[in-house]
Amino acid sequence: MIASLKKKETYEKYFATLKFALYCITHPLDGFWDLTHERRGSYAAANTILILTLVARVMKLRYTSFIFMTVYWEDINIFLYLSSVLFPLALWVVGNWALTTLFDGKGRLGQVYMATCYALTPYPLMQFPLMIFSNLVTVDEREFYTMLSAISLVWAALLILAAMGQIHEYSMGKNLLFTVFTLFAMLVMVFILLLFFSMISQGVAYFISLGKEFLFRL
Amino acid sequence: MNKMTKRVAVLAISAMMVMGSSLTASAANADRSYTYNYDYWGDVQDSPDAYTVSDVFTSTDLGLDVKMKAPQGLYVKDNLVYICDTGNNRILELERVSREKFEVKRIIDSFKGNVEVTTFSGPTDIAVSEEGEFFIADKGNERILKLDSDLNYMTQFDKPVDSSLDPNASFLPTKIVIDTAGRVYCVASGINKGLIKYENDTTFSGFVGATPVTYDWADYIWKKLATQEQRAQMESFVPTEYDNAYIDHEGFIYVVTDSVEEEDLDAGEVDPIRKLNLLGNDILVRNGEWPVFGDLYFGEGGGHTGPSYFTDVTVMENDIYVVLDRNRGRLFGYDDQGRMVYAFGSNGNMDGYFNQPSALEHMGHDLLVLDSLDCSLTLFTVTEFGSLIYQAIEQFDDGDYVGSGESWQKVMDIDGNYDLAYIGIGRALLRQEQYAEAMDYFELKYDDENYSKAFKQYRKDWVEEHIVIIVILLLAVFLIPLGIGKVKSIKHEIDTADIFRI
Repeated sequence: MIASLKKKETYEKYFATLKFALYCITHPLDGFWDLTHERRGSYAAANTILILTLVARVMKLRYTSFIFMTVYWEDINIFLYLSSVLFPLALWVVGNWALTTLFDGKGRLGQVYMATCYALTPYPLMQFPLMIFSNLVTVDEREFYTMLSAISLVWAALLILAAMGQIHEYSMGKNLLFTVFTLFAMLVMVFILLLFFSMISQGVAYFISLGKEFLFRL
Repeated sequence: MNKMTKRVAVLAISAMMVMGSSLTASAANADRSYTYNYDYWGDVQDSPDAYTVSDVFTSTDLGLDVKMKAPQGLYVKDNLVYICDTGNNRILELERVSREKFEVKRIIDSFKGNVEVTTFSGPTDIAVSEEGEFFIADKGNERILKLDSDLNYMTQFDKPVDSSLDPNASFLPTKIVIDTAGRVYCVASGINKGLIKYENDTTFSGFVGATPVTYDWADYIWKKLATQEQRAQMESFVPTEYDNAYIDHEGFIYVVTDSVEEEDLDAGEVDPIRKLNLLGNDILVRNGEWPVFGDLYFGEGGGHTGPSYFTDVTVMENDIYVVLDRNRGRLFGYDDQGRMVYAFGSNGNMDGYFNQPSALEHMGHDLLVLDSLDCSLTLFTVTEFGSLIYQAIEQFDDGDYVGSGESWQKVMDIDGNYDLAYIGIGRALLRQEQYAEAMDYFELKYDDENYSKAFKQYRKDWVEEHIVIIVILLLAVFLIPLGIGKVKSIKHEIDTADIFRI
């Protein structure tokens, strides 16, 4: 592992796979097919894109003009804020894989993750320049910003859709159907997690009160 | 638990805490200062007092033999104060002889004239014209009286003759305002078509400024489906009644209503405070971060729940209007942009606290509040903090931007949490063309409109200053690739030229 870091080819491969993200976002169908089937993507690049997305999201808080984003700093929890990306992403990846694997989906869990991360590329790609742009406009020109910002999100969403279709080798209709099913699966998982945690916390509270009672009686 | 589940648990718990804290944030805090304000986020910010109680005048303090009983109306003309002592069917004329002293000048309980009844029956409001003529809402006698300054009967305004009014219903004028032309605008209980407008010759000339009727589609569809009997039991979609009115120095009528529902306020569907122009349209400016309806949070506290119920309004010469909330006994001041200047007061028995405030007037910058349960008149005088705010606003209106900025700076020195001071300094700087400094102040208090105004100028100046560099850069961006392409093609031609082939 460490030894491979010294080799020049490792970096060449890394930058090639990272650069491939740019091809993916402009040629989604072709790009996402090659991503897994031709092994032109890498986890390193996928992680990089995800980290860039997170960095963009956090930096937006501070560097976007207050015209577009007023931040109530007292309530900001950076980890909670990051998890607003990571948590849905994890749910999506797991939910999507769990469903498609039962219905002839060709993609593996890692591939779903990689493709989803690659599909996020437009977000950091557009949000970083938009951060600078936001500081150069007035309220009258706010539509440009909101429009471009919305495009970055819609673009990423469409890419995720295309990516899933390609890596699972699904037809258009089946792809859409399973996207909707995945969203349902995410809801179910959220529900179960909430149930789980409320149960755990009640269980813990029970033992705490039991312990307290025990201490009082001693 | 392993690491992953622990993390998720932390997330879920902190998410709950965030949701919980946003709920508790809206609950009123008991340890608040007497005066407060809302910041950009809607958080309550303690504030120094803008007004302090100078004195509270009861019947005994005024030397009245018969104690006041449920007084309803208040009117100020120069240094004279008129109190409608509704329960005793009389009107008190007080004179402010010094800063903190009122003396009863006369007690008006009857008038001279050739009419059947020359006494009042539950007078609820009074207005005095420039010439000293009295207009009195004589509610029990179903008339509005016009008396001359020596209390001789001149004329009276009766129930308007209008096909839309029930001829058998009694006419109960509660509040009146008069304009400079001698027209009378009347708020009458049971009439929801707006203000009743009389010409100066007592003819009724129509209703002004009814509130727009609000209803939602679900209610409307239910109503269509309901039977006749069910429909009769449902609330009907009618405009709301006004409760009080005030005519400002420019002739605009401010009206308040207390028939408001919490949900409608939250949805922005009703406006408890309206400023009517001659056509009866609402022209109140609402540019503030928060809607103009007094308290933003309707949490229960001290036995009072629900939104602010406004019972009176008064407008100062600097266009700051103050409204009186009978629910929590509070006064709210707003500037001409609809931004809250101050809020103070509460329910209780101490000086500066009310039991049933019913009327509000201003005398210069001083405020007078009439409490109909305590039967007392509270005189609020402006503090240094309050007068600095007024000074800053008045200087700005007069075009003294440097002075206004300095006054706002003094306000900020007293209260660093006072948002209007930052915006005020920013606006003063903006007028002095110090755009970059102005932008800093606007950014601190998230005033995007003003910030954009300053930034637009700043950007324009910057571009004009750096136009040479910008043009050079732009040219470079286009010309350098072009040049490189040209050089390359020449090189290619040379390389492939036949002459050099050997």
